[in-house]
Amino acid sequence: MAGKVPRIAVYKFASCDGCQLSIVDLEDELLEIGQRFEIAYFMEVTRAARKGPYDVGLVEGSISTPHDVELIKSIRKDCKKLVTIGACATAGGIQALRNWANVEEFSKYVYAKPEYVQTLEKASPVSEYVQVDFELRGCPVNKYQLLELLSALLAGRKPNIPTYSVCMECKMKGNVCVMVAKGIPCLGPVVQAGCGAICPTYSRGCYGCFGPMESPNVKSLATSFIDLGMNKKDVILTFRGFTGWSKEFREVDGLIEG
Amino acid sequence: MSQQKSCFALDAERFGDLIGVLKDLGYVVYGPVERDGAIVCDLIDSVEQIPKGLSDVQMPGSYRLVKRDDGRYFGYVVGPQSPKYVLRPSQHLLFKVRKDGKTMLPQPDVKKIAFVGLRSCDLKAIEILDKILLQGPYVDNTYAALRKGALFIAVNCTEPGNNCFCTSMNTGPFAQSGYDICITELLNDGNHVFILDVITDKGAEVVNRLGCRNATDEELSAVSRLMEEAKNKIKKKLNVENIKDDLYKNLEHPHWNEISNRCLACGNCTLVCPTCFCTSVFDKTSLSLDMAERWEVWDSCFSIDYSYIHGGSIRQSIMSRYRQWLMHKLATWVDQFGTFGCVGCGRCITWCPVGIDIVEEANKVRG
Amino acid sequence: MKGKAALESTQMVEVEVMRKFSVENVIKETPDTYTLMLKPLDKKEYSFVPGQFNMLYAFGVGEVPISMSGDPDEKYLIAHTVRAVGAVTNALVNTKKPGFIGLRGPFGNGWPLEKAKGKDVIIVAGGIGLAPLRPAIYYILKHRKEYGKFFFLYGARTPNDLLYKKELKEWKSRFDMDAFITVDAGDEKWTGNVGVVTTLFKRIKLDPDNTYAFVCGPEIMMKFTVLELRNQGLTDDKIYISMERNMKCGMGLCGHCQFGPYFVCKDGPIFSMDQINRFFGRREV
Repeated sequence: MAGKVPRIAVYKFASCDGCQLSIVDLEDELLEIGQRFEIAYFMEVTRAARKGPYDVGLVEGSISTPHDVELIKSIRKDCKKLVTIGACATAGGIQALRNWANVEEFSKYVYAKPEYVQTLEKASPVSEYVQVDFELRGCPVNKYQLLELLSALLAGRKPNIPTYSVCMECKMKGNVCVMVAKGIPCLGPVVQAGCGAICPTYSRGCYGCFGPMESPNVKSLATSFIDLGMNKKDVILTFRGFTGWSKEFREVDGLIEG
Repeated sequence: MSQQKSCFALDAERFGDLIGVLKDLGYVVYGPVERDGAIVCDLIDSVEQIPKGLSDVQMPGSYRLVKRDDGRYFGYVVGPQSPKYVLRPSQHLLFKVRKDGKTMLPQPDVKKIAFVGLRSCDLKAIEILDKILLQGPYVDNTYAALRKGALFIAVNCTEPGNNCFCTSMNTGPFAQSGYDICITELLNDGNHVFILDVITDKGAEVVNRLGCRNATDEELSAVSRLMEEAKNKIKKKLNVENIKDDLYKNLEHPHWNEISNRCLACGNCTLVCPTCFCTSVFDKTSLSLDMAERWEVWDSCFSIDYSYIHGGSIRQSIMSRYRQWLMHKLATWVDQFGTFGCVGCGRCITWCPVGIDIVEEANKVRG
Repeated sequence: MKGKAALESTQMVEVEVMRKFSVENVIKETPDTYTLMLKPLDKKEYSFVPGQFNMLYAFGVGEVPISMSGDPDEKYLIAHTVRAVGAVTNALVNTKKPGFIGLRGPFGNGWPLEKAKGKDVIIVAGGIGLAPLRPAIYYILKHRKEYGKFFFLYGARTPNDLLYKKELKEWKSRFDMDAFITVDAGDEKWTGNVGVVTTLFKRIKLDPDNTYAFVCGPEIMMKFTVLELRNQGLTDDKIYISMERNMKCGMGLCGHCQFGPYFVCKDGPIFSMDQINRFFGRREV
């Protein structure tokens, strides 16, 4: 991609805007990003929207309405490379917790006039509807990983985004394992690195914001949580967080005994 | 103790002076420090940081600190961090490249390092790393720079842990070589004294400044007695006779699959292992593309990317990754470097979140 | 852990960590494979042994292991045949002056060309596996009198995937070597052999006590080639293959390229079958 100024578009679906804000949060580099890329469409930042096609589309949020489905399909056509950013876009996000319940029931309780709400039965990651070229995980994404992604796009190289476990970066940091030393259930061993092992650094178990790592052994870890004294229900709830609807975590209840 | 002539005694009240002398001699001092429920290896400024009166209870997948009331300074065994954390940093810049191809190396201001409280197994691990990173056809410059001038003050293990199996690997519990000063902590009837065995000039420099009396014959025989007792306290055993060939013969043993049902492929065992030396590199670029950097970072044979070649990784299954690791530690390492890659420190057993035990698994695979 | 304290940086000092080469010429071999002719920008000669590899660096993109594929006597124009399938390999083949390619190497051992002197040699290549063998072919042809019979078997998926087509034609027409070429699937223009490379073995008769075999290609192709060579009576100490693993540092320090007890980058990439038969062909080793 070296040579010309790549056009970038940033989109939002069902989400909290936190990942888009991570782009804006790159304060030291923002000006240069503006020079190296043409930010052609980024509603969070400017109402000035230029038409596609775009070289790169960054997509935040999960697909949860019929309108979303149509929109993401047209975005896919507009963007040469489509990169999903954050737990909502890559795994469904926290709102995908409704996927285990009846959405109509929810609508009834939440909205005064549920008949005006058009929603899909499930909130889903973007990849269930269109082909995605790269996923940037996290809730929110790590802004330095975002910067790495953008730098790599400019250089035409593969972004250095490890897909191994949180444990790897936790240990590299010199943290003491909260699971081994304190018996705190931690999703780190099955979750992808990228956050810098924030939670274990503050003596908490990993919440799984970055979703499943490259080869997660969910069954083994879930079983060890039971051995730590958790009941099955709590184990299931531990996996059902920000990335609970990811393919690998979705079926945890079927993997454990009890 | 092989060289009785150079054995000195230092009363426990004066132990703090040792740290002071090391700092006076210009060393950056690393030693055991209590942090977040474990005893880690970190920079220390004064003797107060050394966790006096603490013990660790280690089991597969479990580590707990417990108080002890005898005021022992070294009443615990190895923590999650080996000297590898200091001598082979988890991440560092290798070089920078300018767009015109000019390359620049960082010139680190490397300080002399003194390690206080290293255990015999870790000294052996450093010997093994030396062999790989310094004595082969190529030298690892960063390791060489950090290693050079380092001072090793070892502590003999008088109370080995549950996961220790150094007697099987012939690496402990008492230090045999590789140290400058080796300490045995004697503590009975309120008598608290450190016996210092000094075998190098660097070590002698420290002890001379410190000013110690000679150890008494009584003290030296107490040291010998403790050594025998310590050996007998180690219950975990791995029969290493023929283990290499046994493992080679059992590459397709069904038990490998059993292990992979539990193995998380999280990589913890490799990062706590004092001899696991694998690294990867990654390239970084500035947004302006004027400058590129190459960084070295720890890697693990449990990551998929580790065995990547065009067309996909060689070791897709967790089974094959665990097998690679265990086989390397106890079999292929022997062919590569003439020693085992395992020093019996037990870290991989303790710090495995699901408590997989290399000794048990190796025995089953041979079985 | 404040590991930094002992390794505080940092001034930078200019040191050459790789040699710089310019791309003098790019030869398109197949739709995705190119031979890059690299010229040392420091104008110093560059020597290698057939079978060795270099780590080639594309600025800001990364580094990959690539075998030298040219004449070992050519010290100022070094051929590397690259399949442009990833970010780095694509960047390499698209490097244009004044851009440079960084080079570390040569790494690894070479084909046992000295040992094979006075003996017959059979070279078996599959696909791009011909690249690290071509320097050996050049060497043998240049020192033809020092070797006995010389067989060359080469297979690729389709006629389009054959490397060095001009040379293949020349080698086939020579009287001092027996060259056979095959493709897995022909096209309308193809008049040659069809079938995997091992089907060519029925065309030749090897003198088992007196022949060295050099093999390079996909692992599955090498596996079946080794079986054919053994069928013809060759013992494992005379069968040499070039292994591929994830070579990263080239110096046996990063661990990635381990294959059983070997570091492919420094102990290999070329191994005799008797060195590796315990591990070769085993899944995921």
